[in-house]
Amino acid sequence: MNILDFLSVSMIPLLVFYIVGNGILNKRPVFEDFTEGAKNGFQIIIEIAPTIVGLIVAVGVLRTSGTLDLISGALSPLADLFHIPTEILPLSIVKMFSASGANGLLFDIFKEFGTDSHIGFSASVLLSCTETLFYTVSLYFMSVGVGKSRWTVPAGIIIAIFSLFISVWVAESMVG
Amino acid sequence: MLNYLWAGMILVGIVVAAFEGNLGAVCEGVVASSKEAVELLFVMAGVVSMWNGMLYIANNSGLIETLTQKMRPLLRVIFPKLPLEHKAASFISANFIANILGLGWACTPTGIQAMKELKQLEIDRGNNPQIASNEMCTFLLLNISSLQLIPINMIAYRSQYGSANPVAVVGPALFATALTTVLAFVICGLMCKVSKPGERFFNHQIKCGGGRNR
Repeated sequence: MNILDFLSVSMIPLLVFYIVGNGILNKRPVFEDFTEGAKNGFQIIIEIAPTIVGLIVAVGVLRTSGTLDLISGALSPLADLFHIPTEILPLSIVKMFSASGANGLLFDIFKEFGTDSHIGFSASVLLSCTETLFYTVSLYFMSVGVGKSRWTVPAGIIIAIFSLFISVWVAESMVG
Repeated sequence: MLNYLWAGMILVGIVVAAFEGNLGAVCEGVVASSKEAVELLFVMAGVVSMWNGMLYIANNSGLIETLTQKMRPLLRVIFPKLPLEHKAASFISANFIANILGLGWACTPTGIQAMKELKQLEIDRGNNPQIASNEMCTFLLLNISSLQLIPINMIAYRSQYGSANPVAVVGPALFATALTTVLAFVICGLMCKVSKPGERFFNHQIKCGGGRNR
């Protein structure tokens, strides 16, 4: 517990200390290197900006139109069949599109069921074991101009479904 | 694929909205989302630039090189055909470390640099750089399956919402992440063998059309 607390607070400062310290020991002009990198970082932001705007608007349309609710409503009989709590399903679907949207749903679940309930715990594990599928694919492929993503999206969906089952199952064996 | 996906999200969304009577909400949603995107980009700009600056220091002082050397055995297993002296290998190593440490947006600059180098590698190999290579697909899926050791944000959220034991999620999350990562690795290994990326004809056309000068 204490080690984890310490790690979560100190990891970034220690890493920055190590990188800068190592640079100085190697007699590098660290500030010049940093500014050059930061300049390139802004370049990256400008390159990914159109992708991000397009993606967030599309997610916004899906969310505000009620499509996500419709999908999770349609899939809920299937979820019941596999003993997946109804509230977890929309979470795992939203998680494919947007991290902030998923966090919003997570907080609703925490408020309603508590963090240590079966549902709360499943949600905690689910959001910890996969990244946002469509966001990552669009960001990494579109921003470097790769149009054909081949089998990444279907494979990502398989992984997302798998992570859903694993999270519910792990939570069941932890919380009971 | 991505074109159809994006178009599908927009078109299906608007059709559903029309039937559900949510067109007004979509109208506001589109404007609010684009604003949200720019706000996100502003925050990201700072964090990404900061980490990219750190990445340059680490790269120029030889830290990334050392890291790549240490990760060679792993990279050789995950990317059997990737030339390890290629720059892509360095950025992939840096990205994996950022992912494992759970640095969030620090993964973005390393990931994009790695993708750019992988694209360059495809051009060097004489393949069509617009089609994702085996390395790109594997790299992406490993990013999606998450390599994070400690879910720092989740611990914070749990304690914020009054969990009796916020860190209880660490072990189960690690277990689940390990399983999804293994699954991703298996799928990638299988698909890289089964699926062939290149359409030679298309490839030829691009070369003749001076596609490199774009």
